[in-house]
Parts: sequence; C-alpha cells; structure tokens
Amino acid sequence: MNRRVMPMYALADCNNFYASCERVFDPSLEGRPVVVLSNNDGCVIARSQEAKDLGVRMGEPIFKCRQRMKNDSLVIRSSNYTLYDDMSRRVVESIRAFIPDIEVYSIDEVFLNLEPLAGRDVDLICRRARRAVLQWTGIPISIGIGTTKTLAKLANRIAKKDPSAQGVHRLPTLESERIGPLAETAVEDVWGIGRRWAKRLHEIGIRSALDLAQAPPVEIRRGFNVVAMRTALELRGTPCQEVEDVEAVRKTLVRSRSFGSMITEWTDMSEAIASHATRAAEKLRSEGGHAGRISVFLRTNRFREDLPQYGRSGSRELQPATNTTPVIIAQALDLGRRLWRPGYHYKKAGVVLCELEFDDVQGSLFDQRDHERDTRLMTTLDRINRRMGAETVHPAAIGFKKRRRWSMRQSFRSPRYTTRWTDIPRTGP
Amino acid sequence: MKERLRPAPETPRLIRPLLSSRVEAGFPSPADDHVERSLDLNEELITHPAATFFLRAGGRSMQGAGIHDGDLLVVDRSIPGESGTVVVAVVDGEFTVKRLTRTTRGMILAAEHPDYPPIPIDSETDVSIWGVVTWVLHQP
Repeated sequence: MNRRVMPMYALADCNNFYASCERVFDPSLEGRPVVVLSNNDGCVIARSQEAKDLGVRMGEPIFKCRQRMKNDSLVIRSSNYTLYDDMSRRVVESIRAFIPDIEVYSIDEVFLNLEPLAGRDVDLICRRARRAVLQWTGIPISIGIGTTKTLAKLANRIAKKDPSAQGVHRLPTLESERIGPLAETAVEDVWGIGRRWAKRLHEIGIRSALDLAQAPPVEIRRGFNVVAMRTALELRGTPCQEVEDVEAVRKTLVRSRSFGSMITEWTDMSEAIASHATRAAEKLRSEGGHAGRISVFLRTNRFREDLPQYGRSGSRELQPATNTTPVIIAQALDLGRRLWRPGYHYKKAGVVLCELEFDDVQGSLFDQRDHERDTRLMTTLDRINRRMGAETVHPAAIGFKKRRRWSMRQSFRSPRYTTRWTDIPRTGP
Repeated sequence: MKERLRPAPETPRLIRPLLSSRVEAGFPSPADDHVERSLDLNEELITHPAATFFLRAGGRSMQGAGIHDGDLLVVDRSIPGESGTVVVAVVDGEFTVKRLTRTTRGMILAAEHPDYPPIPIDSETDVSIWGVVTWVLHQP
C-alpha cells in the first residue's frame, strides 16, 4: 500500500453521555451525583463523574441507589432514550461541521477520519470541534487522536483521564514515542480486548498495551483470533480498520423488552408481542425495508431460581416480504400462541424481523392482499403518529396504556425535552 | 455491539409545490412558470438546527420585551450572549429569560418589568448563559 499521507483517526466520545443529557435540561443537576437506570429501572447503566466519585458501580441494583438517594442525595433517572437519541444526533451534526468524514459508532461515540485534513493543525480543529459541541449542545466530549482507530480509542482514554489534556489528546506518530503511554495502559483497557481475553493474555505475560503491540502477530492470531491480531497490529500503528462512511445495511430488527412485572396471562403476553410487532414494523417502514421472516421469543426470569423456567423461540417465513403492521402482528401472535405455556412467570418477550430487503419486493403469484391499500394505510398511520406522538393511533391488539401490566417501569424518567411540544423545558419567572 | 445511528431526516418540509393549474385539459395557467416552494417556517426561524432548542416562557418578568407567559422561545446556543441580547440563563439551577446588559458595575441579567430587580453576574451569584433567544412566538 502506497500512501502519501499518514492516516490519522480520532475518536470523539461523549463524557458520561446519558447523565450529561439529563443535565442540559435540568441545570439543578450540575455538580450533583446522577445515575441513569436501565430499561425497567433495573440497575445503573450510566453515572455522572460525581456518582463515580461516590463509588456507585455500573450495574448496581436500584435498591442500593435508593439508599444512596437518602444518604448522598444521589439523583436517579430512568433512561430517556428519546432524549439521548436526539442529543446524539445534535452532537454528530455539530462535529460534522468541523470534520466531515465521520462514522457514528455508537450513541455516544464517533470515529473521525482526519486524513483529508493532512497538513492542517488537526489538534486545533479537534479542540474547536470539542468547544463547539459543548457550547451548541451542552454535552462535554473528549477526543483522542492516533494513526489507527485502536490508538485513537487509547488516546481518548488519556484525554478523559489527564486533566492537562483539556479533552483532546493525540498519540505521537512515531512508534518509539508511543512506548510510554502504551506501557501505562493495561491490556484489558484496549479497545476490543474483553475480560476473557485479557485474562488469557495475562497468563502468557501480556499485561500492557505495549506488550500486545510487541507480541508476534502470528502468535496472537494462533492463540486468539484474527480480530485480536488486528488489534495488536493497530496498536503498532498499522491501520486495519477504516472509517466506514457507508451505512451498514441492517440485517435484523429486534424489538424486545423485559416486563415491568412478571406476567402469567396470555392476554398480557399477547399485548406485549403485538406492541413489539407494531414498533418493529414501524421502524422497518421508516427505513424503507420489508421482512422475509419473523421470529418470536419469550422466556421466564433466569434469576428467579425458585420458579419453574421456560423459554422458547419460533420463526416463520413471511411470503411475500412485508412491513404491514396487521400482517406482522397476526404472524407474531400466532407464533407466540404456539410458544406460550401456561403456569410460568414470564419476564421477557420479543419480536425479531429478519431476511430484510430494502429493494423492490417480489410479489407472490398466489397473493390476494391489496398491497397498495396496505401501503396507503401504513403511510397515514405513520404520519399521524409522527405528528401527534407515538401510539396516537395503534392496533387494538396492543391493549390500552392504563391497564398494561407488561409495559416498562420508568418511575424516574425526565420529559422528552426536545421531541415533544408538551415536554419542552419551561423558564422561571 | 456495533450500533449505527443515522442522522434523523431533515426537519420535515412541506413538499407541496403550488401547482397552479389543476385543470388538465385546456390552457395551461400563465403562472406555471412562476411556481415556487411553499414557505417553511423552520427555514426562517432556525439557522443552526443542531444548536436550536424550544423553551416555554414562564412569568411576566420580560413583558416589556414582548415575552409573555406561555410564549414559545426559539433558543440558539451557538450564538454568543452579548450585551443587549435576550438570553436563557441558569440562575441557581433554574432557567430564566432576561436581557443580558452591560452596566458600569459589570454584566447583569435585566428584567423588563418593574417588579423584578436585575440579577448581577458576579462571583457571588451562580449564573451561566444557556442560550440566546432568537425568536418569540406569541399567540395573540
């Protein structure tokens, strides 16, 4: 490979993203310990710096938080993904104003390709982007820069930890100058090295990122796999992953959720399945796809060893491929009915749409359905729900909100500040 | 797990051009060459979509500036707050709308109603500027 310019990547990562989002619209949370809970208010999935300093652990169950709420004035929020998603989009757009070639990696991480900026002061551009994101959206971010994505991720850790970095850190281009920071990074903190691999790496004497970088790649490949070898090569400065601008084509679409409380009645289960089917179909339409196969699963609570356990899934073909809500609900309910066994306490159910097609769908010779009518109906439905709020018009099969036993527990959710007129923040007198 | 977010579609625009001649037979309308898009309020009110938020005004303290209780505020966080601009500020952890004003004693948040005294911005008050109000939508 003959490159004229040195490849250069950056990883922009939002600091304590969920907690930061909550703070933008509730400034009284500034300086206070904040945690965000998982779906269903089960356990801690995000912490503000103050909460980390208090010693709140990831995955800490809610009852422990309740104690801290009294003792340490810990603020608890249910997850508000509508808000986080909108804020994520704003962060990405803000970064794009400075660095156009980007890959959104997760809800709070963006890879940036800095190669097109060669010859310019990339540190300065990243600092400007960081300042703009903070001012425009209120979300603090850290940016790590390196010659590979893995090194950018490692630099990001330093940017977060070292106050003198002021949120932006670049690892030196020269391999010899990277020895220090790599030696100081534990191998388990390297991107893509899980806890299991880390343990095995420790056993063969690889403890730091530097050890991994200096290990013979062939041995890493033999002892682990090609992904681990790529990681080792990337730590040396050999890029094995590019910034992927092309949007990955979705292969499956899953809608599932644990129930607020365990359910034992088919009516509740059928409403939950119909609701997942409805939301999956809606999402599929918004992406312009059709599903060729559907599967449904349901299971009991694995952690309740005192209760009898059961779990099953089943799938079937959708012919022709479809994204019409009533068709998908009917198939999902029929599958669910076959999987359902009375006498169990169910904790979770879900609907998976797969064999997705995003081109024109081939019709079936024996198909009697009026697809044009379906399309018109679904377009109208989506338009109403988009304008008037989710579930303004919904299939009767998903039941009515008031009596839902299966829906998510969200006792501490903040308003949807940026996506609902009824929820926008209000100023004081 | 690798998750991809695609940017949400642009703010929905009215995509109904004013096609003037509805009668298919007969003469074409003389206005057909002058068709333009319908007006989209977003274009006029929002310059920086990523940095623009909507807030609801509460109270009477900015009546003099034409901001009434319940009015819709368009707030742009990318504009630096300068003396003379109407801002959303955070005072002791609460949002408030005031006019940022330079005085001989330093910057203050000035109300535009006699009942509300100005709030000084100094080391003793906990004040920060959240964004600049660019539009006020008032229902008469």
